[in-house]
Amino acid sequence: MLAPFMTLAANRIVAGDAVPIWAVVPVSQMIPGLAAIVAGLALGLPARHVGLRLAGPLVGLAGLLWLLVQGAPALLEGAGDYARVSPAAGFWCLLVIFALLMADAITAMKPGPFQRALLLTAVLGALSVVLGSGALAPLSVMQEFAARRDAFASEATRHLWLAFGSLGMAGLIGFPIGVLSHRKPALRSAILPVLSFLQTIPSLAMFGLMIPLLGWVGATVPGARSIGIAGIGFAPAFVALVLYSLLPVVGNTVAGLAATPPQALNAARGIGMTAAQRLWRVELPIGLPVILTGLRIVLVQNIGLAVIAGLIGGGGFGTFVFQGLNQTATDLILLGALPTVALALTAAIVMDILVDLTRRLPKETP
Amino acid sequence: MIEIDNITKIYASARAVDGVSMTIDTGTITVIVGTSGSGKTTLLRLINRLEEPTSGEVRINGQSTLDVKPHILRRRIGYAIQGHGLFPHHTVARNIGAVPQLLGWSRDKIDARVDELLDLFSMAPQEFRHRYPSELSGGQQQRVGVARALASRPDLILMDEPFGALDPIIRTRAQEDLRRIQQALGSTIILVTHDMEEAIRLGDRVAVMDGGKLVQHATPAEIITHPATDFVADMVGDVERPLRLLSLTPLAEVMEDGPANGAPLPREANLRDALSACLWTGRSAVPITDKGKIIGRVTLDAIRARAEVHA
Repeated sequence: MLAPFMTLAANRIVAGDAVPIWAVVPVSQMIPGLAAIVAGLALGLPARHVGLRLAGPLVGLAGLLWLLVQGAPALLEGAGDYARVSPAAGFWCLLVIFALLMADAITAMKPGPFQRALLLTAVLGALSVVLGSGALAPLSVMQEFAARRDAFASEATRHLWLAFGSLGMAGLIGFPIGVLSHRKPALRSAILPVLSFLQTIPSLAMFGLMIPLLGWVGATVPGARSIGIAGIGFAPAFVALVLYSLLPVVGNTVAGLAATPPQALNAARGIGMTAAQRLWRVELPIGLPVILTGLRIVLVQNIGLAVIAGLIGGGGFGTFVFQGLNQTATDLILLGALPTVALALTAAIVMDILVDLTRRLPKETP
Repeated sequence: MIEIDNITKIYASARAVDGVSMTIDTGTITVIVGTSGSGKTTLLRLINRLEEPTSGEVRINGQSTLDVKPHILRRRIGYAIQGHGLFPHHTVARNIGAVPQLLGWSRDKIDARVDELLDLFSMAPQEFRHRYPSELSGGQQQRVGVARALASRPDLILMDEPFGALDPIIRTRAQEDLRRIQQALGSTIILVTHDMEEAIRLGDRVAVMDGGKLVQHATPAEIITHPATDFVADMVGDVERPLRLLSLTPLAEVMEDGPANGAPLPREANLRDALSACLWTGRSAVPITDKGKIIGRVTLDAIRARAEVHA
């Protein structure tokens, strides 16, 4: 709490001056916010009762938000036309603390898949209400957003296409390979090391490698250029992401299909199921949670990796990150990074819910 | 009638099953018994073509199994294995109805059949239909596994150590259940076991396998009294021999009129039970009851006479 709560800078490039939490707003406005934060910590940290552990961080978060909403315009007042305010280390630390407390309390409550879906919707709803209300508009990140409203929408779409499209493509390619590898151990021992090797290529190098490779394809294969295959842009980023995704997809498909007890498989053959029937009726349903876990890994990984696509003109939130790096505009970097983190977290939670739903069917009580 | 005609299975260079021929009558239980590696399981799997024969063939009611696609053949033959092999993600009802479903029965017909089988195995349908295998005891899982093998009323049922994973008390009950159900349905059963006790208790005929060869195929009494080779004699066991022979004879066969004291035995019990009762309580005769009424007695002398007939 002693760390700077916000920073005030003369413009969007220079480093800002730190403002401690007690100087952000006039005392009259500070007291309710600070009280809420202290109350939040007091309730959230030691409480035995799970309800209190959940309520505490909520109160604390409200206090944080209050100080932010009140503080931003107050600091900007008379600070010049180009002045920018941003949350600083103190704010982020408190945010993380409250988020962790809340996550811990929710875990302790052991919510079922439907309750978790409900919680996720509530959190996302609250987030969109806060962002949509315009109360945070004075903040520097939001000003960067306001200046790039159209670009943000198109890069967000592009990012989703990169992440989900590569997931879909990896599924289309990887799933059949996984099924074949499951059937033929020789193929499995040939393919998995190759895919593991692909996984070890550093992401920057991989994206870099795509440039000459696809550039050559675009230049030599007739018609390739007209469907957008070139050394830079969407295609190389997409291909790189698909390559990264193959190992988790193939590996988890193989592991999932191998999860069927050998006796059940022997019985399935013995009662007259064909190979296809064994796959669809026995091996696949039993392996589904493991296979979905693989897709979860891929999705979260690709949402993150797609940021790098910005470097080779692939678009996505990475565009903002690299623009921001070039301009040393921290808040522009955040404009790319924060939605990526939110997206990855949401995707992880949604996929976990799906995995749980598929795992539920055979109850695991003795 | 099942005819196994000079069937051989060679793996790499080993003869897992070596020129086995045998004929199995409809409506009987044949138990194939042998040590591990004797080829007994391979022989069973050759019948429903889970293994393809290197040479020879199997005929079911005159038709060669090689004339039918393997998966179509297997749907006509019941199959139950050690450790039940149930599908963990399917309910009891779906597990039992698996073969009828493959055969394209209507839903109503499958449901009715599932309930009928659960009743047959003394498991209340309302209680068990919707459970998953992991929610059953070992004995219940095994019964569901056997029920699945019976579901489509197959002409022939193959069982590979179906009771191997059960504890002794539950195993004895499961064997009695199987006997009762087989007699009620008139099914033909071929069962594989390593347990000679089980073979003698269940089999109308016992087939002893050793090193891939069929060394003796005969009634239990003949296996005990006239073992074809030393190996068969070893399997029966010298010490156990008289007791095993006595266990084949029901009390009713040597019952006589006359008085006897002490706790009675039911008429379905066998001479080994009677001998045991005599020795333990120091009696020379035990009374026999039928539906709670004393109908006669069995004496120690009669039991001894019976044990000596082969000599």
